[in-house]
Amino acid sequence: MDIGTVRGLITLLLMLAFIGLVVWAYSKRRKADFDEMAQMPFREYPTDKDQGSKTP
Amino acid sequence: MNTTATHYNDKVVRQFAIMTVVWGIVGMLVGVLIAAQLLWPDLLPAWSFLSYGRLRPLHTNAVIFAFGGSALFATSYYIVQRTCHTRLFADKLAAFTFWGWQLIILLAAVTLPLGITSGKEYAELEWPIDLLIAVVWVAYAVVFFGTIALRKVKHIYVANWFFAAYIITIAVLHITNSLAVPVTLTKGYSLYPGVVDAMVQWWYGHNAVGFFLTAAFLGMMYYFIPKQAGRPVYSYRLSVVHFWALISIYMWAGPHHLHYTTLPDWAQSLGMVFSLILLAPSWGGMINGIMTLSGAWHKLRTDPILKFMIVSLSFYGMSTFEGPMMSIKTVNALSHYTDWTIGHVHSGALGWVAMISIGTMYALIPKLYGRTEMYSTKLIDVHFWTTTIGVVLYITSMWIAGVMQGLMWRATNADGTLTYAFIESIKSTYPYYGVRLLGGVLVLGGMFIIAYNVWKTIAGRTTTADAPVVQPA
Repeated sequence: MDIGTVRGLITLLLMLAFIGLVVWAYSKRRKADFDEMAQMPFREYPTDKDQGSKTP
Repeated sequence: MNTTATHYNDKVVRQFAIMTVVWGIVGMLVGVLIAAQLLWPDLLPAWSFLSYGRLRPLHTNAVIFAFGGSALFATSYYIVQRTCHTRLFADKLAAFTFWGWQLIILLAAVTLPLGITSGKEYAELEWPIDLLIAVVWVAYAVVFFGTIALRKVKHIYVANWFFAAYIITIAVLHITNSLAVPVTLTKGYSLYPGVVDAMVQWWYGHNAVGFFLTAAFLGMMYYFIPKQAGRPVYSYRLSVVHFWALISIYMWAGPHHLHYTTLPDWAQSLGMVFSLILLAPSWGGMINGIMTLSGAWHKLRTDPILKFMIVSLSFYGMSTFEGPMMSIKTVNALSHYTDWTIGHVHSGALGWVAMISIGTMYALIPKLYGRTEMYSTKLIDVHFWTTTIGVVLYITSMWIAGVMQGLMWRATNADGTLTYAFIESIKSTYPYYGVRLLGGVLVLGGMFIIAYNVWKTIAGRTTTADAPVVQPA
């Protein structure tokens, strides 16, 4: 394999990794976890009004 | 002070937060001084340590590493504890990072005016100080990752991912770029030869922008904007995608600092292409932050802290559009070595980094002293407008000056001779140096307003005790 082919394959590999990342991040299975993680800054103070119903 | 595991370590956060304000004033004061020197070269006595060439690195080191660095230590320590629901790992080591970092700043403030420098931009400090930086930084990593390891919740909040990337990358960058052969206590020579040295330096230099001044402040943004807006981040998915895209692409953008030099042409083109791609993940962060206010825009009318944060993101969006444009070789042929570059840097450093830090300090400092808000909200608003007008004056004057300089330098007569002598371009720049100085004075004035407001807030404190650790659900 000449160096040009190797470089092409690496580019392809990185592109697939990126597409894989996007598919993973936007998949339905991740939604619940991500929604929960987005609430993390609000679980700071027990008296905080921002914390909503999920918090301790 | 409470040192048990049931309370957060807020002492080190308070120390760094206060020093953020102090070093902000010092760094920007030196900036105003050198801006005045460009307008009036004989302003200061002709002592070597007051010359422009000695004071300029003092200004950049003070604002980036002393002001920005202190803000990042304070917020990363605060956020990692709150989102991991645990006290900082290793109190003594955390205290060491504070005192070590302050010592480094003091050493820089002494050595740089004395002309002790390695000459590498943003990495001027000589090898003994570089060693100390490496030790303090590794201690920082141990404290931060130790706290992550102790976390009481499963997930690691996205802000911590940004801080983690910044801490690891800065360690790698700083150690690699600072490798030197010591000759005397105050002089070492870079391990790299010629153009390799230049490439290593700008690989470091641009990633200092990408990780120190961008990724880490995005970490700050991802916690404090949702907090201040009272809403979760617009899209957590977007934050994940743009995080990985941002950190993997920034790594390759450095060569755009070396366009039309002896760096191989392909490397220059590579740097340009990666810089252009960077627009996408950069704007991903900007959009995510600004859209967090979606449905709560009215808060901008009444909350000057949010104004600071949202305007900082607007400047972030502007400078991350401008940066890729300037990395295009043909644009760079005009902009390089002109004041346009200075305008671009300050659009990022004052507009983005300083404004997000100031907004965050206004949100953070009252909490650290048991108050619900700052002593005066009115003064925050005054500070907001002073800074915004100051930054706009600064960057617009430097844009105009830079484009003018570039056009004058490249202008030729019909017979091929240069139309303008260099000194003519300097003469034409004077009015813009005046406007820039005015902008800088406004921004510095704002720093005195925050200092007064912080002083009064602390004077009315209700507590200096550490906040209790909140148990996760």
